[in-house]
Amino acid sequence: MTAALPKGGSAPLIPRDRTVHPVPFDPDYKTSVTRSPKYALLAMESTPTEETGPVFGHDLLGPLDSNLILNFTRGESPAVGERILVHGHVLDENARPVRNTLVEIWQANAGGRYRHIKDTYFAPLDPNFGGCGRTITDEEGRYQFLTIRPGAYPWPNRGNDWRPMHIHFSVFGSGFGQRLITQMYFEGDPLIRHCPIVATVKDRSHIDRLVAPLDFSHSKPHDFLAYKFDIVLRGRRQTFFENKPEGM
Amino acid sequence: MVQKLNTLQESPSQTAGPFVHIGTVPTYAGLEGVYATELGQSTVSDGAKGQIIEISGRIIDGAGGVMRDALFEVWQADSQGLYAGQDGADPNVTGWARVCADPEDGKWTLKTVKPGRVSMRDGRIQAPHIAIWIVARGINTGLQTRIYFNDEDNSADPVLGRIEHKHRVETLLAQKQAEGRYEFDIRLQGEGETVFFDM
Repeated sequence: MTAALPKGGSAPLIPRDRTVHPVPFDPDYKTSVTRSPKYALLAMESTPTEETGPVFGHDLLGPLDSNLILNFTRGESPAVGERILVHGHVLDENARPVRNTLVEIWQANAGGRYRHIKDTYFAPLDPNFGGCGRTITDEEGRYQFLTIRPGAYPWPNRGNDWRPMHIHFSVFGSGFGQRLITQMYFEGDPLIRHCPIVATVKDRSHIDRLVAPLDFSHSKPHDFLAYKFDIVLRGRRQTFFENKPEGM
Repeated sequence: MVQKLNTLQESPSQTAGPFVHIGTVPTYAGLEGVYATELGQSTVSDGAKGQIIEISGRIIDGAGGVMRDALFEVWQADSQGLYAGQDGADPNVTGWARVCADPEDGKWTLKTVKPGRVSMRDGRIQAPHIAIWIVARGINTGLQTRIYFNDEDNSADPVLGRIEHKHRVETLLAQKQAEGRYEFDIRLQGEGETVFFDM
């Protein structure tokens, strides 16, 4: 692994617009009650610490890393479920492609069961499905994964809470301050509007940006359907006039 | 009506959930062998210049419970205060690693090189520090904080200088236990709450 300064040097990151993000303390998502800070976050201009970050070479990845249908058995035997391609762009707030950045995903199997020592849901494991994938975006910021559509699953929150079908995404960008983990949901899933984790985001229009539409233009006849999911990371501030950061 | 901006909004964050390890540290979840190389195992490789140190601690929730499912990432400079990729940076310091709490007792340990002082754009100097980004079940947006060291001169650090309630600076200082060994607990909420940043 190597890292590099973004082109153009260490430009400040655009401050996060916290109104697009979930509220940290949300009693409907019970675990957040004791895991959210009580004091306000201390806001200030980014420093080189947040403006630089790890960069990953394509050589670190294996040929099946982005194929969850085959990677758990190293190509021996495919996973069971609805075969899908998940693809999209990673962009920044200035609508520029985020090139050569690491994208990692993880998910449950077609029955809603995770391959994790802590998951005790009685839906069975699929012996041919692991549930993790990773890739690096290309020169246009594109990524794609081949996987199976994850099932919904129940979780111990309120009496009868079920997570919608979802895939977890982890994305890097060019600075550590751009680090983002989110979840992709599927168009038309009726569980989305019942989910207290989805509802930690308070504005419907921002929730909609986490819902991937069905995309026939990328599906392959008699093989797999496709869903498109674009991700936006923080951008870098672009101003003609640079003075000393205010108040620092 | 006004003109349209040609900018986008950041994608909303969502919790990493209890199974974050599947995607980020698959061997921890029990998925050995899916990947040839697991990323983020160490900030340093053999031959890194500077003092190798060990920092350990726990992440504690608002009810005093030790979090055993938390994961955090660190990002830091080498012993000369340069980030990997910068001219002259130590080729044996990647500066980035993933750290998991122990599933039994919640204790975590980071073995790394003690970072040097880092210059800012305007020439001011930051005291040695390690940036931390914490994700877990119940954390809706990853929490940013920093580790500083109580055996360093932190008095001129521009970031610590912004903390209005001076007694809270202490929450960011790793406590030296012995030569090269430090303790650093992170308290998410309540008594002794760690300072978290938005930067």
